[in-house]
Amino acid sequence: MSNKTLLAASIAAALSLTAAAAQAQEMEKCFGVSLAGQNDCAAGPGTSCAGSSVLDYQGNAWELVPAGTCETMELPADSMMHARHGVTEATLTAGNYGPGVNRDLPEGLDAAVAATYMPTMM
Amino acid sequence: MTPQPDHRAIETAFHAGLWSPQAPEGHDPKRFSVYRNNVQHGLVRALAARFPVVERLVGPEFFAAMARVFAAQNPPRSPVLLDWGDGFPGFLTAFPPVATLPYLPDVARLEWLRGLAFHAADAPVADPAALANADPDRLTLTLAPSAHAFASPFPALAIWQANQPGARPAPLPAGPQFALIGRTPGLDVTCEALGADQTTLLRALLAGAPLARAAEGIDPTPLLALLLRHGLITRIGETA
Amino acid sequence: MIPSVLPARAGLGFKPEHYAEAAAALRAVGFYEVHAENYMGAGGAPHVMLDRLHADHAISVHGVGLSIGGAGPLDDAHLRRLKTLLDRHQPESFSEHLAWSSHGAAWLNDLLPLPYTDETLATIIAHVDQVQSVLGRRMLLENPATYVTFASSTWPEVEFLREITRRTGCGLLLDVNNVFVSAVNHGFDPEAYLAGFPLAAVGEIHLAGHEADAQLGAALLIDSHSRPVAPPVWELYAQVLARTGPLPTLIEWDNDVPAFPVLLAEAARAETLLERARHDAAA
Repeated sequence: MSNKTLLAASIAAALSLTAAAAQAQEMEKCFGVSLAGQNDCAAGPGTSCAGSSVLDYQGNAWELVPAGTCETMELPADSMMHARHGVTEATLTAGNYGPGVNRDLPEGLDAAVAATYMPTMM
Repeated sequence: MTPQPDHRAIETAFHAGLWSPQAPEGHDPKRFSVYRNNVQHGLVRALAARFPVVERLVGPEFFAAMARVFAAQNPPRSPVLLDWGDGFPGFLTAFPPVATLPYLPDVARLEWLRGLAFHAADAPVADPAALANADPDRLTLTLAPSAHAFASPFPALAIWQANQPGARPAPLPAGPQFALIGRTPGLDVTCEALGADQTTLLRALLAGAPLARAAEGIDPTPLLALLLRHGLITRIGETA
Repeated sequence: MIPSVLPARAGLGFKPEHYAEAAAALRAVGFYEVHAENYMGAGGAPHVMLDRLHADHAISVHGVGLSIGGAGPLDDAHLRRLKTLLDRHQPESFSEHLAWSSHGAAWLNDLLPLPYTDETLATIIAHVDQVQSVLGRRMLLENPATYVTFASSTWPEVEFLREITRRTGCGLLLDVNNVFVSAVNHGFDPEAYLAGFPLAAVGEIHLAGHEADAQLGAALLIDSHSRPVAPPVWELYAQVLARTGPLPTLIEWDNDVPAFPVLLAEAARAETLLERARHDAAA
């Protein structure tokens, strides 16, 4: 089969998959996600004593540790290998996170996919 | 008689006082700190509205303290807060207290892209029938302004999903993970897991490559089906 | 010039989480108010929801970002965004604040106070003129809730607002809770303030709940929009209506937002007072 025939077959397959899904989608007419508005004209639920706490990061004065659902997120072992490597990278390149930073990449990925790891909106 | 400060001088003193423990001269520190609290609290809540899963992962107390540091270093430059926060994923990469959570910047990036998709421009969906009639070799697809490709070496999509309301605990897969993000005609922001090759294809299509060139060596069926199902193709054309 | 005219009914601040109930609340809610800056994205759900609400309700667009009370020039880009939004949705009213919130390129994210002097008066008049001319609309300007005052002020707030409306032709948005909060915080009589207020220029009233400061207690009230409207604010509101007749009245609730029926109950309470004012005006 030529590339053209293959492509035409892919398009036909994609169209038939979509026709089956279309009916199901009619059902969801409500807005599943509504981001809350971020601008406001109210005062903070307020106190005059808040607001003078931590104003900037000073390593030795920072005592808080993450205490949310991260405690229950168990990454598989091979992800943790990347994770440990990532920590090193993050620490080494602190403050300079951009396309030039060499992030940890899984083996066997082509360059185009590897490029997708780079943040696009810095 | 001392000259009264003009309005510009007052603004400069207020601005400085909002981000330091020192109230401007002539004002009661306790009363002034109401404004400091308003500014910081408002920005923390605005950031939490945009990055709810990051807040869930690190907990509200930690998030609030961290968001204050981010806001002090990256204050908004526009009154439109829905545009504020694009620097947050990069900030997380370099913030030592979250270095133990190396996936956190990618989860933040996923949330940022979801927000972009939520607010992206509207565009009518192309009639899929045009696909069947076009010459496959010359086919070009324009994707919706809400369509984005997401990639992470970590299982960032699964972590995001595990932190959605009603999500049941399930073991996380190994990374990497890839996703198509976009807004459906029903206005839902969707995140669909993709294979690595489909992500390569998606990025090529987003960059404007004709389908035949983008799909060299890749079967485009899975991505095309997703794009069609979510109404993310806005124009079907042919190269000259 | 497009006027700012809302129905003389009780309205609610619109929260996306209430969308389905809000769209269905036909007779119970006279209008909805939204913050302009939350609708400055290019497209998507916010605009669709606003269109849908607008099909059955008057809409008030309430800006928080223009920094009309700022010493520097208005942000042209922001004014253009506002123009785009108002042209797109054609709301029945547009209002902003007597406050500043930008300094240079920085956005400070609060409605900050200013001294009332000849200098700031001239700046604000120029800004209001510019806003009304670019938007092609008569705007309403809202009195602030403040926590500090300035030794350099030479104008009482009420006279300052009266002069702005006289010189620019803009209308006023009278926030009765702000009057009460400022009165407690600065030790003036809210009834005396309202006695001098140019009520003929008022196109809308705001009501909201406030909190006592955690540290200073009842001596410092915070305009938190996090609770039901307080009894003394309802009392002041009734006194205003007795003089003005019914006016469009918004219930603001922005922090710890309750279930929609709680908001409806607050609106119904305002509606009862509006009905009495309608009845008295007809008598």
